[in-house]
Amino acid sequence: MYTQALDSAGSAAPQGEADEDGRLERFQARIDRDEKIEPKDWMPEDYRQTLIRQIAQHAHSEIVGMLPEGNWITRAPSLRRKVVLIAKVQDEGGHGMYLYSAAETLGVSRTTLIEQLLSGRAKYSSIFNYPTLTWADIGAIGWLVDGAAIMNQIPLCRCSYGPYARAMVRICKEESFHQRQGYELMLALARGSAAQRAMAQDALNRWWWPSLMMFGPSDAHSVHTAQSMRWKIKRFSNDELRQKFISVTVPQAQYLGLTVPDPELRWDEAAQHYRAGPINWSEFHAVLKGDGPCNRERLAARREAHEAGRWVREAAAAYAEKHGAGAVPARSG
Amino acid sequence: MSMAIAAERPQATAEERCEYTLRLADTSLVAGQRLAEWLGHGPALEEDLALGNIALDLIGQARLLLALAGRIEGRGRDEDALAFWRDAAQFRNVSLAEQPNGDFGHTIVRQCLLDAWQLETYASLAGSADTELADIAKKAAKECRYHWRYSAGWLVRLGDGTEESHRRVSEAVQDLWRFTDELLTPDALDARMAECGIAPPAAAVRERWEQRVAAALREAKLPCPVHQHYPWHGKRGVHTEALGHLLATLQHLPRAHPGVSW
Ligand SMILES: [Fe+2]
Ligand SMILES: [Fe+2]
Repeated sequence: MYTQALDSAGSAAPQGEADEDGRLERFQARIDRDEKIEPKDWMPEDYRQTLIRQIAQHAHSEIVGMLPEGNWITRAPSLRRKVVLIAKVQDEGGHGMYLYSAAETLGVSRTTLIEQLLSGRAKYSSIFNYPTLTWADIGAIGWLVDGAAIMNQIPLCRCSYGPYARAMVRICKEESFHQRQGYELMLALARGSAAQRAMAQDALNRWWWPSLMMFGPSDAHSVHTAQSMRWKIKRFSNDELRQKFISVTVPQAQYLGLTVPDPELRWDEAAQHYRAGPINWSEFHAVLKGDGPCNRERLAARREAHEAGRWVREAAAAYAEKHGAGAVPARSG
Repeated sequence: MSMAIAAERPQATAEERCEYTLRLADTSLVAGQRLAEWLGHGPALEEDLALGNIALDLIGQARLLLALAGRIEGRGRDEDALAFWRDAAQFRNVSLAEQPNGDFGHTIVRQCLLDAWQLETYASLAGSADTELADIAKKAAKECRYHWRYSAGWLVRLGDGTEESHRRVSEAVQDLWRFTDELLTPDALDARMAECGIAPPAAAVRERWEQRVAAALREAKLPCPVHQHYPWHGKRGVHTEALGHLLATLQHLPRAHPGVSW
């Protein structure tokens, strides 16, 4: 998922803080009663750090995710599509902002988090390291990537940490809108000319497997699942969510008249859903490590924007210094 | 603005009205396309979102105006036919709108000069004898008031920020000032539209534009450049080199697949 790197970062959280006065026990009891944990409440340091990492990875994914789709804004093939795409990319920026704010309630600043992203220390979802080569990729991203994001994020609306759960409620509404728009774009291509159908099929071919990888490593290789489940930061395992996605998405591909690029895809009669063939995990780990098709380009673009904007941010700070913080220039009209 | 009594007023031809509407439509479209280039690359997340909002407003204005121009023309061209299937020489946007983004300061200066013009033009057009145009202008004027607040706010912060920011925006003002002549000097069509009660008199827009821009420059501690005559007239289809590249990007996909829908 957007936070898939958590499960394979290999940094097992230090366990077993001494629980002298029973705080840990009371904390866990609150979670078990489905109470929300709020910023001012006491929380174990591991809980705080896990949440910071998860929310930050999610936020970074939203911000880096603006790039592959932004790549087609100037080339959208109709004015309606252009407006929809600009609004979508803007929504993703907005998601990044709410998530950075949610992370700030845990005592880490947006500036620090952004520095971690730019230095390459922080992770973001592997999916955004794939290129958008044709217009159909914009449809495929909305349909598959936003679709996969929803699968993971709906349960996060019930996450134990209040500010994160509330941010997710708002974000999920917009993601499901994006998913529908993406599918509608694919449908227009699938019902279009032979060249448009070929474009749609090619996009599905390239985005299918990376979308399945968004859910993170298989449960057998996932490090943090058990603790995160106990804390209700996570409610379903990676494989459960991945299967849910496959079950919903394969029939959607069939409705489009497109072929899922998996020769081993088969109907499981007993389970009443489709099962996918084996995932190429070495590709997943390579992309996560920085060796995907666009890792360098994505980080370079973020760094360039940050560097090119430095003088602007400095000017705003200098102006605020001279005229009082929060000063708004008094222009006419 | 109060328009003359309809009975005594000369009537603009459909061709004239279409041409004038395209000037407004193309200016919004081209400026919106330019601003949309910033998404994901702005100096801060807030600026990405704000520039995206302004781009959305501008392209929204363009869609309404292009559709109106198509109806006036009466040859069955819709917003997309007009946006994607005309060549540069058929575009009627003012040349300022097509100028490349440059750095953030350059974009802000371009927007400031343009926002002030769009704001005053649309505010006056709200009283146009062309009621369809008037309805679009009412909404557009509100949007442009917000755009102006944003761009003028940044002009002041950058002009009165650091030494570097001051230097960068003052260079941008020097660079772009020559394109303001086209905004403020009416040609035969502008004059004809004013006579027909469709467009505001150019002198009124000029005066309000000059006051607005001068006040912002003063607050930004930037000198007001002297008037420069510039012979380029995008509104008559004579564009700078920048427009061809912008349109190549904007138009290539539908032109590669004629006759399909998206
Ligand atoms: Fe998002
Ligand atoms: Fe989304």
